[in-house]
Amino acid sequence: MSDEIQVTDQTASDEQEIPLEKPVSTFRLIATLGVAGMMAGLLLVLVNQHTKPMIDAYKAEQLQKAVYEVLPGTDRYDTYYLVDDILSLSLPEGVKESDYKRVYVSYNPDNQLHGVAMSRGESGFQDVIMVIFGWSPNTGKLMGMKVLDSKETPGLGDKIFKDLPWVGQFFASPDTPLIPTKPGAGKGRPGEIDTITGATISTKKVIEIINNGLEEWKPYLEQGLPQSSPVEVDEAPAEAEVQS
Amino acid sequence: MKKTTPSQDFVRGIWKENAVLIQMLGLCPALAVTNTVKNALAMSAATFFVLCCSSVLISTFKRLIPKEVRISSYILVIATFVTLADMILQAYAPVQHKELGAFIALIVVNCMILGRQEAFSSKNNVFRSLLDAIGVGIGFTIALVMMGGFREILGVGTFFDISLFGPNFEPWVSRVLPAGGFLTLGFILLAMGYFEQRKKAKPPKVEAETVEVSS
Repeated sequence: MSDEIQVTDQTASDEQEIPLEKPVSTFRLIATLGVAGMMAGLLLVLVNQHTKPMIDAYKAEQLQKAVYEVLPGTDRYDTYYLVDDILSLSLPEGVKESDYKRVYVSYNPDNQLHGVAMSRGESGFQDVIMVIFGWSPNTGKLMGMKVLDSKETPGLGDKIFKDLPWVGQFFASPDTPLIPTKPGAGKGRPGEIDTITGATISTKKVIEIINNGLEEWKPYLEQGLPQSSPVEVDEAPAEAEVQS
Repeated sequence: MKKTTPSQDFVRGIWKENAVLIQMLGLCPALAVTNTVKNALAMSAATFFVLCCSSVLISTFKRLIPKEVRISSYILVIATFVTLADMILQAYAPVQHKELGAFIALIVVNCMILGRQEAFSSKNNVFRSLLDAIGVGIGFTIALVMMGGFREILGVGTFFDISLFGPNFEPWVSRVLPAGGFLTLGFILLAMGYFEQRKKAKPPKVEAETVEVSS
């Protein structure tokens, strides 16, 4: 209210372009942000259209590789979709593949049922952790685990895929359900998995994801899986090359 | 504001006004992803890209942006480039993208970038804004690689994944943990302050009239 206060913008006086004290209309403010937002959106959509196929292709490739990794000794696998609570090799006409949950049922070189791989995501410490794990329906033991996607803290939580001895525990055929155990406090129970100090939440979560995944899928898997693959093999050796 | 030459714009950000070590800006990535040199470099590269692109774009459109909405406009521009960097990294360098995880998205809130837009790009032409951005970007890279180097050498015993000390090295694990980040930064700043003070304390050779001797 007092007119003694004379606001002189020191910094602006050096510049030529911004006129002082000229009120800007609300419309102009909204228009500026609106146009900027639209251009940003357009740019993002364009780049996303270009990069999304590459990202998806990479993810699909990683997933395919991962099935072989978490089920060591796999020769080939079939994808089963959960359609109306029944495992089915084919999807109904005209539906989107990505809407259906699926498991990967693998067979060994003698075409005998070998293992089942499932992927599952749950919130970890930062964001969703995507895990794929292999389980043997014959022995009830875990065969392997791989973290597909995670944004866990670099240096700490990311040990869930960087700490190889830790990951190795899942390949040592532990009994299911898994029991998270503090390092050094194990009692020798067959399903024990040591957690990692400094990454307790992330490591426990991975164990929990596997347990939850098994719990969810077991009823369907127990409906019976074919002991040998019902799918005709056309180009059998082609897929086997992916094995690492 | 002091008038500067284009070369000063460029050089200033590299060391004398280093964003991390002198201005204490952008400390979040400087502390968080510098546990290895590789991560530090990838983070620097992504930040460099965002900084340069935003500086160029904002200095181009500075006349069109009313000052009432400048901060939101700058953030919008920065966030767009960060998302672009995120998508491009994910498509072309998926392994590195996985390494950095959440920290790519967090470049948006790196106040060093917003600071350059507010303090420089919004008042200077495109060419000088780009020079400034490149200088500051290089300075940021130097700071991050320095942090990453110290932490990786002490905490893991490697430099750029190359083993330095052989199998008997006992890694000083706390260096790569978050606390190690704070301590490493603290020691670097301590060393810099010490040398700065020594430089000040030394009497200049010729005009020794207004020297502040601080011991």
